[in-house]
Amino acid sequence: MISLQKVTKFYGRLKTLSEVELEMKAGHCYALLGPNGSGKTTLIKSVLGMVIPDSGEIRINNQNVAGQYLYRKQIGYMPQIGQYPANLRMAQLFEMMKGLRPDVKNTDEELIDSFGLRPLMDKRMYSLSGGTRQKVSAALAFLFRPFIYILDEPTAGLDPVAVEVLKEKLIREKKSGKLFIITSHILNDLEDIVTDMVYLFEGSIRYNSAIEDLKTETRESSFAKAIAVLIKNQDLQIKELVTP
Amino acid sequence: MTRMLKYVLQDVLRARFVLFYMVFMMAVTTILFQLDSDPAKVVMSLLNVVLLVVPLVSIVFTTIHYFNSYEFILLLMAQPINRKSVFLSQYAGVASSLCLSLLIGIGLPALAFGAATQVLPLINVGLFLTCIFVSLGFLASSLTRDKAKAIGIALLFWFYFTLIYDGILLWVIYAFNDYPLETPTLILTSLNPVDLARIMMLLSMDISALMGYTGAFFKDFFGSGFGILFSFAMMGLWVMWPLLLALRRFKKNDL
Repeated sequence: MISLQKVTKFYGRLKTLSEVELEMKAGHCYALLGPNGSGKTTLIKSVLGMVIPDSGEIRINNQNVAGQYLYRKQIGYMPQIGQYPANLRMAQLFEMMKGLRPDVKNTDEELIDSFGLRPLMDKRMYSLSGGTRQKVSAALAFLFRPFIYILDEPTAGLDPVAVEVLKEKLIREKKSGKLFIITSHILNDLEDIVTDMVYLFEGSIRYNSAIEDLKTETRESSFAKAIAVLIKNQDLQIKELVTP
Repeated sequence: MTRMLKYVLQDVLRARFVLFYMVFMMAVTTILFQLDSDPAKVVMSLLNVVLLVVPLVSIVFTTIHYFNSYEFILLLMAQPINRKSVFLSQYAGVASSLCLSLLIGIGLPALAFGAATQVLPLINVGLFLTCIFVSLGFLASSLTRDKAKAIGIALLFWFYFTLIYDGILLWVIYAFNDYPLETPTLILTSLNPVDLARIMMLLSMDISALMGYTGAFFKDFFGSGFGILFSFAMMGLWVMWPLLLALRRFKKNDL
């Protein structure tokens, strides 16, 4: 589905991604983990074409994405920090996004309802709280029923109720065999959803395997503990990890 | 692209600055027409306003608009839309709204005072300058990620084309006044859209005799069919090259 070959990206002299090789298949849900500044967001943005890698190739369905844009039809993206035109009302925002994609008639507005965004529709985007903005980002990511979901820190800033709503939605979508890439520091939130783990450290992939293998390997039953053990064993310093 | 243009236009109009600009141009034109009954003199005074204000407003407004719509661009980049049409719709939105305000701002009062034909060359030049400095504004914005720096670059462009370049030109003429300078000055003026605009205007008003021998030479060149074509082509080139350069950078920039 998605394959990255020797993807390298420099920001000035800083090597953010260093020859990243990664294969991601449909039906799987990948947890993209790593400390701050390890290149998670850069990796995601490279797949989206927002960041242009200095070398290497990214292929989606065997098509090189460099310079392409139509492949983004299949991608729903929820950014880490949702930035929206400040003076736009929420209703106008959704209307605009739908107006830009007239090819999708049957939009998925379930999250708008279950997050309770309808009563806020006439609010301007600048007046929304960070959490509400996250909800808008999530609703936009699901709106066009994409096949690939890329969620950057989806649960950060959401209240526990909203996290549950999002999780349930993810589990339901997962059943239809779609591909998910999720980055998060809050590992407990991901427990029931992820099937695979990719660990990024200083711009390169240090660990990539199915969760089940990880659990047997580390002899831990919980996902979060297994990761903690793994990081300790491999001496990959990570400080902001939340363990139970 | 037309769909995006609609949203860009909505965004520009929501800022209300364009409306303010239109009212300002209207006020200036009306006042000048009331001060003087000779349309030719009014157009001369208006020319000086246009040559200073239009480039400044166009370039600064474009730069501010670009950075204010950064979120909008970010939002579009996650959608199946290519960067080129995002960029071109931004350009079309900004340039067309500024052009329209200039057209109405000068055209409407002129029409009311019955001097529409006299201001026509002025509006033509003004529209060219708008498109050129909107291009330069996008170029300034694409050169850096920092809004303050971009506005600095934009102002530098404006200073360069309206003040510094003329200074250099004068110095060249003064330093080399022992030599025949007609052709070099002709080339040098073509390299500055503001100077080119001024000459296009002055020649259309038939007062080139005031400029002496050089004026006669300019009249000879720019007054001819080829000269008119040349000046239009040069102005077109001034719209295109900053725009294409900015587009190239925009395609490669990380968001």
